[in-house]
Amino acid sequence: MFVIAVGLTLIYGVMKILNVAHGSMYALGAYAASTFAGYWLSHGYAPYASYAALVAAALLVGLVAGPIIERGLLRFMYGRDEVVLVLITYAVFLILEDVTKLVFGVDPILVAEPYGMLGNFRIGELVYPVYSLVLVAVSVLAGVALALALNHTRQGKILRAVIHDREMSMALGINVSRVYFVTFTIGAMLAALGGALTAPTTSVQLGIGAEVIVLAFAIVVIGGLGSLSGAALGALIVGLVRSAAVHYRPEVELFSVYMVMAVVLIVRPKGLFAAPEARKI
Amino acid sequence: MTPVLEARDLNKSFGAVTAAAQINVQIERDSVVGLIGSNGAGKTTFINLVTGYLTPTSGQVLYLGREITGLNPRRITQLGICRSFQIPQLFNSLTVSENLAVGAGIAARSARREASERGQTAQVEQLIERFSLRGYAGQLAGQLPEGVRKLLDIAMAVAGRPKVLLLDEPTSGVSAEEKFRLMDMVMGALTAEGVTVLFVEHDMEIVGRYTHRVLAFYEGRIIADGDPATVLNDGEVRRYVIGMQNHPAHTESTGAAH
Amino acid sequence: MRRDRTLLYLTAALVILIAIGPVLPQWALSFVSVVLYLGIVVLGMALLMRTGLVSFGQGLYYCLGAYAAGATPVLIGLVESFGRSFPQPQWMPLRLVLNAFSGALRLIQTPFGPSDLLTMVLAGALLAVAVAAVLGLLLARYRGIFFAMLSLAFSMILYGLLVRTSELGSTDGFGLSVKSFAGIALSSHWARYTIYAFSAVTAFACAIALHRYSFSYRGRLAGAIRDNELRVEYMGASVRNVIHLNYIISAALAGVGGALMAATIGHVDPETTANWTTSGDFVFITILSGTGSVLAPFLGAGIFEAVRTFALQYVPNTWQMTLGITMLLVIMFLPDGLWSVFVRQRRSA
Repeated sequence: MFVIAVGLTLIYGVMKILNVAHGSMYALGAYAASTFAGYWLSHGYAPYASYAALVAAALLVGLVAGPIIERGLLRFMYGRDEVVLVLITYAVFLILEDVTKLVFGVDPILVAEPYGMLGNFRIGELVYPVYSLVLVAVSVLAGVALALALNHTRQGKILRAVIHDREMSMALGINVSRVYFVTFTIGAMLAALGGALTAPTTSVQLGIGAEVIVLAFAIVVIGGLGSLSGAALGALIVGLVRSAAVHYRPEVELFSVYMVMAVVLIVRPKGLFAAPEARKI
Repeated sequence: MTPVLEARDLNKSFGAVTAAAQINVQIERDSVVGLIGSNGAGKTTFINLVTGYLTPTSGQVLYLGREITGLNPRRITQLGICRSFQIPQLFNSLTVSENLAVGAGIAARSARREASERGQTAQVEQLIERFSLRGYAGQLAGQLPEGVRKLLDIAMAVAGRPKVLLLDEPTSGVSAEEKFRLMDMVMGALTAEGVTVLFVEHDMEIVGRYTHRVLAFYEGRIIADGDPATVLNDGEVRRYVIGMQNHPAHTESTGAAH
Repeated sequence: MRRDRTLLYLTAALVILIAIGPVLPQWALSFVSVVLYLGIVVLGMALLMRTGLVSFGQGLYYCLGAYAAGATPVLIGLVESFGRSFPQPQWMPLRLVLNAFSGALRLIQTPFGPSDLLTMVLAGALLAVAVAAVLGLLLARYRGIFFAMLSLAFSMILYGLLVRTSELGSTDGFGLSVKSFAGIALSSHWARYTIYAFSAVTAFACAIALHRYSFSYRGRLAGAIRDNELRVEYMGASVRNVIHLNYIISAALAGVGGALMAATIGHVDPETTANWTTSGDFVFITILSGTGSVLAPFLGAGIFEAVRTFALQYVPNTWQMTLGITMLLVIMFLPDGLWSVFVRQRRSA
């Protein structure tokens, strides 16, 4: 979830768009990865390489879909109101839901081998699949890599400048348009990656995009829109809340996440790590 | 005679930045006071503190002897203190008349006056005349030229029938020839009503012409306080405030660049 | 005078609808009824939008209205048992409020019974107003995307609550039917027409009321708040009070819409009411219609419903895509909503 949330918060931070279509990227990533990995495995190629297949499929999806959406559509809409942009992404989401249906069919896909292959490990009495560890590791790695990239590379600093103040960045000569393009594509890839990695743990079917986007929104808002550390903390909190809910009272799972979001917003109206506001008058 | 406005040991800091330091001043009723100082000296902060946009770190603000420290802008406006803004704050999708109508309507409500529709319309017409906005009455505020936006901003503050009016750089962004006309218009609209006026200004000619008293700000403190002639000739003031601007003609551009 | 013409159009529409009702085919009656109750909800959303706020959680009140309509006795039972679970003396104010509320519901239900159309709509409106009065206190402090998200959160919380409330049917919801109107018993054929006609009258009344409101002092403040909240506060008016009031009004409208929906469709469930996709649809129709006139929401709802029905019927596998494409087209080419086709909107520079 973190990977997805990071992508979402990145897109919001830079472009001020709450990207509903992020869910579609996730779904496409999941479908593509499952299909590709399934194909790979059924043809008897090296099983451990199926992980690479998952990742590759996801990145490919992000690389293709991201630019199409950004260049082909969003680019013309940047002047518009925040909410209108969200609606545009919602429209894209609707369209992609059906595109996914058309391309991949309506049947669920389950490619569980990558998940099962690694076996389980025990901590005392609790049994955990190793794959979950891998997921956590990947998330942490992605987070660290992103943090490093943002803070220490030149591109990263440019990105942060744009997040902070778009107009000023333009005045300084930064090619904001290209930054938007890169950001959106990276965001899309991250979402697709999230989908690809989660795919082996569950059956990939219609509607997973919608399920995920609702959670991702909650995470991103809890963390404070545009803050990466916020997204990390948010993902952690949401993950814990969900696990607790599933453990104690499964039917309140989604509900509890939204309760938490409501509580956070009440206590911290702009999320946990929101940027301070500059003086307006 | 109770001063109409008083600041006692007013301090405001934002972390390490001190925006206002030990401000102590008493403003007499019906006076016209100029606030001068270079950018960032604390003039707008003072206005923000008095009108409740900012809460002081310490100190008090008193209005007609009553403490108003920490009240929000809405309450303070209802008590009779109105202000205009450096960057005109208007209702861009409403016409000039509608802007003033909203202003007059709110003012009537909040003062709980028995203001009828006709009374409010009359007030709007009066304001339009006083501020020479007749030609723009039906235009959307968002499409007005900058100088007219400034006028409308001030007119809206006046619509509140305040006892104290604070103007934040009323002539910034206005061309040199227009400045005096604008100030004449504003002062004419006010002194008839018995209003205390404080305004921030960068143009020393305007300050000299219209004020009875000048407060000079520097780094959050008031470094000079007195009649225009004395203050404008004060050594420190010359160095820290006027000295920043080489000669009178330069004041317009630095004022507008704020 | 624009004002007079709106009244004229509304009256004409009402008269025509009521007159041709008896001779309309079944599908047309349904279609118009749907457009009417959707339009009522959107009227409320347009009011909020004119105040500068977009709510992604109107589904909450829509759902409350629908459930209240269908299950007034159950609701009364729930409220009363909730009150009883706090017997301690320090909770007395809460119990008083809850008792007053359940008492009001009982009062509404007494004259004509829970299956009466009038009862349903009143109960829906009452529940919506009660909840909005409380939630609005909190929500009125938020703006922009946070207002949208928080309103969404509340809607999803209700969704979650309903899904695990078996007395109300969990995810399946429950069915209901209208048996009478203001005490007059109705056969199922007349019930359909009565619902239709009553929807038309209610829509008419709501539209007129909102139209008048937009010319009142508070109505004009809404636009001012949207343009420059700071200035409004700096002139002495309370932005939060106006927002709270408008929020309650829009909730009431959504509640009425929900109740009418329940009556028309005969079935309520969490998925089609409280879920975020429903709220998203409302937002879309609101943007589609624009805020130019009280007639616009009905036009927008009509087009939306037409496209949706058409898509479901002819391209059932890609109806979402069709809807999405339509949305994009409207957003791209009609930024002020459909109404801008009829009247040139006033826009600031």
